[in-house]
Amino acid sequence: MRQPLTDGEAPLVTSIREGNKILIAAVSPAARALGLQPGMAVTQARAQVPGLDIRSADTEGDRADLKRLAIAAARHWSPIVALSEPEREGEGLFIDITGTAHLFGGEEAMARRILRLLARLGVTGRIAVADTAGAAWALARYARLSGDRLCRDGIAICPPMAHPAALATLPIAALRCDAGAIELLKRLGVDTIGQLVAMPRAPLARRFGTKLVARLDQAIGRIGEPLDPVIPPETIAIVQRFAEPIATAEAIEHWLAYLMPRLVTALTEAGLGARVVELVADRIDGVPQRLRIGLARPSRDTAHLLRLIVRRIEEIAPGFGIDALTLRVRRADPLGPEHFEERLEDRPPNLAPLVDTLANRIGETRLWRAWPVESEVPERSVEAVPPLDPPAQPSARLKLDDVRQLDPSPDLHPWHHRWPRPVRLLRRPELLDHVLAELPDQPPRRFTWRGKTHMVVRADGPERVRGEWWKRASEQHNVRDYFRVEDEAGQRFWLFRRGDGERSESGDLSWFMHGAFG
Amino acid sequence: MRRRPVLPFGVGAVDSRLASTGLRLDSLHEIAAASPGMGDDAAATLFMAGIAARAWGPVLWVVRRRDLFAPGLYQAGLAPERILYAEASDDAELLALMEEGLRHRGLGAVIGEVRRASMPNTRRLQLAAEGGKTIALLLKRHAREGGNPLAVPSAAITRWRIAAAPSTPLPVEGVGCPRWRIDLVRQRGGEPHSWILEACDETGRLALPARLADRSAAAGSAHRRAA
Repeated sequence: MRQPLTDGEAPLVTSIREGNKILIAAVSPAARALGLQPGMAVTQARAQVPGLDIRSADTEGDRADLKRLAIAAARHWSPIVALSEPEREGEGLFIDITGTAHLFGGEEAMARRILRLLARLGVTGRIAVADTAGAAWALARYARLSGDRLCRDGIAICPPMAHPAALATLPIAALRCDAGAIELLKRLGVDTIGQLVAMPRAPLARRFGTKLVARLDQAIGRIGEPLDPVIPPETIAIVQRFAEPIATAEAIEHWLAYLMPRLVTALTEAGLGARVVELVADRIDGVPQRLRIGLARPSRDTAHLLRLIVRRIEEIAPGFGIDALTLRVRRADPLGPEHFEERLEDRPPNLAPLVDTLANRIGETRLWRAWPVESEVPERSVEAVPPLDPPAQPSARLKLDDVRQLDPSPDLHPWHHRWPRPVRLLRRPELLDHVLAELPDQPPRRFTWRGKTHMVVRADGPERVRGEWWKRASEQHNVRDYFRVEDEAGQRFWLFRRGDGERSESGDLSWFMHGAFG
Repeated sequence: MRRRPVLPFGVGAVDSRLASTGLRLDSLHEIAAASPGMGDDAAATLFMAGIAARAWGPVLWVVRRRDLFAPGLYQAGLAPERILYAEASDDAELLALMEEGLRHRGLGAVIGEVRRASMPNTRRLQLAAEGGKTIALLLKRHAREGGNPLAVPSAAITRWRIAAAPSTPLPVEGVGCPRWRIDLVRQRGGEPHSWILEACDETGRLALPARLADRSAAAGSAHRRAA
């Protein structure tokens, strides 16, 4: 049912591997207009439409998205929302709107509203409303084929008790039965559900098994079809109400010490560790006071959580008093039981409590680690990463017969020990004045920086850094020549000249200060 | 008397002048550049990086602006996976973050770059450091209006002034091994002193410079490092 919206006219299909065939899984409207259909071989499609955009289908991602949609639907539209089985039923949702449609202005208004919401999310949908889940499934997918008055703008609404008649003209495929049975029935000359209903049941059950008959009965409504609803996860919250409003920091702290173990117990039962915990203090004048703490790693350490939240109690303005405290887990990640290591002494110190304390004080963005990046350009050779669990060094997995397997030396560190690199780098290189230097590759003899003239006594260089043309086309010709220079006072600086001194397109030969060495 | 953990420089001429034959790990040390210029400031930064590199465990570096260049620190022996950076918005916050780091006890060194720190501030840091194994290094920046940043009263055990000095002359063109003029301005229970030393190598170690008189440049320096 889900088709990615394409912005342009380029036909787009997704491919899926089935056995040793590669088939089309879904097609965009532009591709459909060119005659491509799901289930065609990709090679055939490629021959038919040159320049076809083929991407591999992400079935698991689609399923996860559908599940998220189902949870949202279960929160907003109806308590019973089920996912269809992907192998036999295709992707789709069953929503049991019995008793909820009138809350949204009737069945048609509700269906329109859901479609509008889906359209905003970039999803084309079709909705059918019928007495049974089987009939709704069939109408949502095949009502268009019957061409009757039921279907308008992707919405098919079947009046009560009218579904046997509506189903009668639909093809057998609308019954959610396996392909073998459909094929056989077609050969026997049975094309529509109406013909199937008219046939005697006993031979049918003997020839095709009870499954086909059961599907038929479910669609007609002779037997029930229970749905397996998705259950939206509930946020963990611990509420404490007070008979007498509290107003002092000591009282809040006392109650937090009582609430936090209960929160931790709830987290343990759910197998979760908190990442964001919110304390909501309901004031008697109806202005809730909120306090939010974040954790760098999922945690359910009572003392640690308590310490983080207690040191910020002063931010709560109690006003005339607080009559309820709520601790709510805003974000949680799975956290299994941890095992003790045998060597208790030699474990690296656990920095997570420190990181949490600092991050709650100054904010997560102002706490970082510098991480090496493979780049020639100095300012791009460092990247700020979150302080805990830094990314593993990307080690490309080589194939067994790759020639690089023979190289036993370990990967080189992206930063070199001996190349001159300053310890402080100016965020933006500063332009130097009155530079006296010989072209093309001599260091400057003299330069003026921040109003002060430096005479260069010794110098090393140049180290040539080229623009990363493989990442940014605009840098194709850019060149910087770096020099390490020492002035007469012994101060050591890192200067560079834009351009290689020979080709004018490589730079304008201006000089810059970029950093200082110790 | 209780023996306190110390971090020796590994250079006899320096360690013998220090009252505790090394930098005491459980205390605060102040470092300042000799001039407000960027070159001296970089020398003072590398001096601290070298000390932190030789300390154990992770390092918390609290800064006011993000101008540290991690590849440069790596060359002083401080690998990127050991440093945790935090950016403070003012000096009070910076000192509070340092104190937090010192009380954690799981860090090898805590470094801060501050413009002003009063006697009570430094005393707090010193008290937080007592009893642990975390060395506290405070880089005192020069104030805009001038003045000596080390003249302010402070609870630090040692106070150092670092200046970049002309590098070892080479027989060919080029910059030789960088050298620093290191002044131990004050120390508790000891005398001030000053040295000219070769800058940190890639393990964070300082070295005595080769004497001008009796050397063949490269060999002399290498020997002394090995010794």
